Amino acid sequence: MSFAKNLVYSRLKLLNKYSRSVNTSAIRLQNVQQVTTGKRICIVGAGPAGFYAAQYLLKQLSDCTVDIVEKLPVPFGLVRFGVAPDHPEVKNVINTFTKTAENPRLRFFGNVSLGQDISLQELRQRYHAVLLTYGADQDRELQLQNEQEQHVISARKFVAWYNGLPGAEQLQPDLSGRDVTIVGQGNVAVDVARVLLSPIDKLKITDTTEYALEALARSQVQRVHLVGRRGPLQAAFTIKELREMLKLPNVTTNWRSSDFTGIAEQLEQLQRPRRRLTELMLKSLSEQSTRSSTAAAGRQFLPVFLRAPKAISAKEMEFAVTQLREGVAVATDATECLPADLILRSIGYKSSCADAGINFDPQRGHVRHEQGRVLKDGEEKSVEPGLYVAGWLASGPTGVILTTMNGAFAVAKTICDDITAKAFDTASTKPGFEVGSQRIVSWDGWLRIDQQECEAGKSKGKPREKIVDIEHMLTIAGV
Amino acid sequence: MFCLLLHHTRNFRQLLIKQVSKSHVYAVSNALHTTRLLRHGEYEWKDPKSPDEIVNITYVDKDGKRTKVQGKVGDNVLYLAHRHGIEMEGACEASLACTTCHVYVQNNYLENLSEADEKEDDLLDMAPFLRENSRLGCQIVLDKSMEGMELELPKATRNFYVDGHKPKPH
Repeated sequence: MSFAKNLVYSRLKLLNKYSRSVNTSAIRLQNVQQVTTGKRICIVGAGPAGFYAAQYLLKQLSDCTVDIVEKLPVPFGLVRFGVAPDHPEVKNVINTFTKTAENPRLRFFGNVSLGQDISLQELRQRYHAVLLTYGADQDRELQLQNEQEQHVISARKFVAWYNGLPGAEQLQPDLSGRDVTIVGQGNVAVDVARVLLSPIDKLKITDTTEYALEALARSQVQRVHLVGRRGPLQAAFTIKELREMLKLPNVTTNWRSSDFTGIAEQLEQLQRPRRRLTELMLKSLSEQSTRSSTAAAGRQFLPVFLRAPKAISAKEMEFAVTQLREGVAVATDATECLPADLILRSIGYKSSCADAGINFDPQRGHVRHEQGRVLKDGEEKSVEPGLYVAGWLASGPTGVILTTMNGAFAVAKTICDDITAKAFDTASTKPGFEVGSQRIVSWDGWLRIDQQECEAGKSKGKPREKIVDIEHMLTIAGV
Repeated sequence: MFCLLLHHTRNFRQLLIKQVSKSHVYAVSNALHTTRLLRHGEYEWKDPKSPDEIVNITYVDKDGKRTKVQGKVGDNVLYLAHRHGIEMEGACEASLACTTCHVYVQNNYLENLSEADEKEDDLLDMAPFLRENSRLGCQIVLDKSMEGMELELPKATRNFYVDGHKPKPH
């Protein structure tokens, strides 16, 4: 090993030692409390938006302390509970977030729920600024009769189930039927289709929860329909996700050639991402005839376009045949029924209003704001001083991690600008969060949970075996 | 729509032709890439052993600030950026799973870079503000032909955060 490399390593070791020494929560609390002149900022929600905002604030404001409060005992939000288990590379971002969390000016308070354990008003009194980044934990509904039947579940809940979100283990999806119909064609829909169709051995080496693996191993699902209201040119999945589907072992993808009438002729006019995606669909379609004869026995992935959900019954789902008019799907009188032993609704997430004090738009499912500054209730221009929002709670559930990162950086910059402009009070002393009798998980507590999970995974050849029970998490965390 | 139109311009066609004609060469260089990508930035902290190794490049950040950096042959420009405090994120740590290191490569240097493989192109398709000279920083490994190259980071996407933004229905 060269000298330079040695130097870097020893530097890293030193850093680690340093952060560990201040990591013990008692010392850390003292540390932060001594800094009484600095700005205190509270971030609600320990997902990507929260961590990226914290990263920016800590870097730009040398005299600020950042506290992240999180509803669950464990951090990382959708990186832990949303990202598909067979996409472990996407979760590498956890390393960056961990570095941020190890900054001595950051504290993590897990198992603290806004609106239940602490009100927004109290947080705003205790901090100079509060940034809401608690994401989107609800989903949009089809508004059809029978939607509450047992065989209709939301894709969001299904994802939460295989990813081990506390509470989601109760879902017990019925996978005893042959046909699954997924309504919606976004990347969540494709993730769910891929998990349902993947060979179980491929999932066993991921951090898919054990109960989900057992259920998926018993699954009788053979065909997954992926239904969209509009056409191939409006498909919401991205090329990376589609390519993965096309490469799944023992799965054939069958397109409906009628859906692609006139599509090839439009390729030239398309922007690059849309063109490449459409080319891939057309290529797969053209190879279909040779494929179907050889692999009829395996599982099937069946994308269906131009069908709008109309009615739900016991074993099937009725769709209206649609036509595109200026890019909008318009239902015709014609209908088609697709077999559906299980229906998964995947038409988007929405946020919930965690605290009555939040200016929340229930229709759109996000907080009303102007460039991340939360607006006063009922007003168009006037903002709540020192109250901000970022991530999906601000933008709606859209975009890749880069989008969330840029958005969080932008709002964090707005906070810095507002401090410079004295747009809200930073002169008075603020106490920050005070731990009372609540059971609160510190970053050290999370590290203990993390270690236990990784060890439990090792014996099974998995990166980790997630702990799902909150009480169990709290016990391991030592609270 | 934020992605720029990429017509079948002459330039693009040339790229395609180049890709086909040189594919055997790129297979080799891609294989080399893979081994380099497994590093986590330690290599970029080493100084060049001789002047022959030096490759000078310039980063232009989101605010237009230019930073000249002395790199060396074999440096991954994502980790080189980290060494020099340039704000280029690498959320997935160069494992080709995100687009946080999206950069624009100065046009006349584009053809000196090894071609983007299918995986990189698929990811670039998801990057906001995609341009013809878009690449992922983590896939660019310096060689002597890149001496003087400029890499520009895309502007922050503030316009995503105007209230009233509606996610398009599927």
